Amino acid sequence: MKDVKVLGPGCKRCQTVEDMVKSAANALGISIALEKVTDYAEIARFGIVSTPGIVIDGKVVHAGGIPKEQDLLDWLQA
Amino acid sequence: MSAFQTTIMQARQSPTTWFIGLTFGIAAWFAVYRQLQPASRWLVAQTGIKPGSHLAASVEFFFFDTPKVLMLLTLVVFVMGVVRSFFSPERTRALLAGRREGLGNIAASALGIVTPFCSCSAVPLFVGFVSAGVPLGVTFSFLISAPMVNEVALGLLFALVGWKIALTYLAFGLSIAILSGWVIGRLHLEAWLEPWVREVRSGPGLVDDQHLEWVDRFEAGWDAVKEIVGKVWYWIVAGIAAGAFIHGYVPAAMLAGIMGAGAWWSVPAAVLVGVPMYSNAAGIIPVVEALLGKGAALGTVLAFMMSVTALSLPEMIILRKVLSLKLIIVFASVVAMGILAVGFLFNALFT
Repeated sequence: MKDVKVLGPGCKRCQTVEDMVKSAANALGISIALEKVTDYAEIARFGIVSTPGIVIDGKVVHAGGIPKEQDLLDWLQA
Repeated sequence: MSAFQTTIMQARQSPTTWFIGLTFGIAAWFAVYRQLQPASRWLVAQTGIKPGSHLAASVEFFFFDTPKVLMLLTLVVFVMGVVRSFFSPERTRALLAGRREGLGNIAASALGIVTPFCSCSAVPLFVGFVSAGVPLGVTFSFLISAPMVNEVALGLLFALVGWKIALTYLAFGLSIAILSGWVIGRLHLEAWLEPWVREVRSGPGLVDDQHLEWVDRFEAGWDAVKEIVGKVWYWIVAGIAAGAFIHGYVPAAMLAGIMGAGAWWSVPAAVLVGVPMYSNAAGIIPVVEALLGKGAALGTVLAFMMSVTALSLPEMIILRKVLSLKLIIVFASVVAMGILAVGFLFNALFT
């Protein structure tokens, strides 16, 4: 079970990233606990400057923009 | 996925394919671009509109400018997308953290030109900068420069209205960002931040800096084209339509009376009109082109453009989450003063 957080104030791109994470996890058959972090203070605590960001098991793997699908698969499998 | 798609996907992994593709793409771009003027004339002739009429002038402006601006935008955005892949907000922050004011303001304004920024991430960016020890004034320099001295706007300004105006815009935009940030820093307004912003201690952020190959950078450029051109094209078409209307119908004498150098009040008016207007910097440039063509004073037009891009109401509403109302007012007034100064200075110098 991986703990995945999508960081972002709730813009359209954050929604896209959330959907991408879900479908990537589905494709890999990995079960994840997905959490959306929209609170600015919470986001800032992860140290990212641009959103959307992705945190997997407490580690920031991505910040700013839509990630590549292949990267997403790699992060989830790591 | 079909076999054809797979082949394309594989070919895109190779730098050689990209270089060959880009060479052909750019050659084709120039070939088409050179035909735009005759093609738009021909198209207007086909519509049967009386040549020389107001309508003909408007329609020709529209037919010529729409493909021209969209083609220029595509090229500029691609190049800038590649350039931007060398900068990230995280890296910019690392460069600015602990900087002293003065030099820090200059560095922040310069980095604001090339660092990818969208107003929807203004808040995380602001908090991220301040919590990492970037001084408040330096953060503001960045926040003013990033939307105003936008590299896409600069590229379009350069292509549509000439390098002199583009350079002046760059120089004065940077000066405003540097000075406004410096003034705000001098005022020591840290206490006017929302309390939670001062308490946040930021984490390490993105640790591994991804190593990018040239193919990745080209892909980043292409992604930028898909995203930005896909998102702003209707702003641009709207901007060109407004420009076409001004070009065809607004009498030069009237416009010179309202926006000419003789009318001193036109500069503050241009700033005020610009605040509630929210347009992408790229959308405003066809309007700028048309206004200048009709004899509007350069200072007034620049003030308008700066106000639209740097003082946007939606962005201020977003920033209210981190700044107290007092600080937003100070921020807006300092920037507005800078824009007014640029407007008046230009009108005084170039008449």
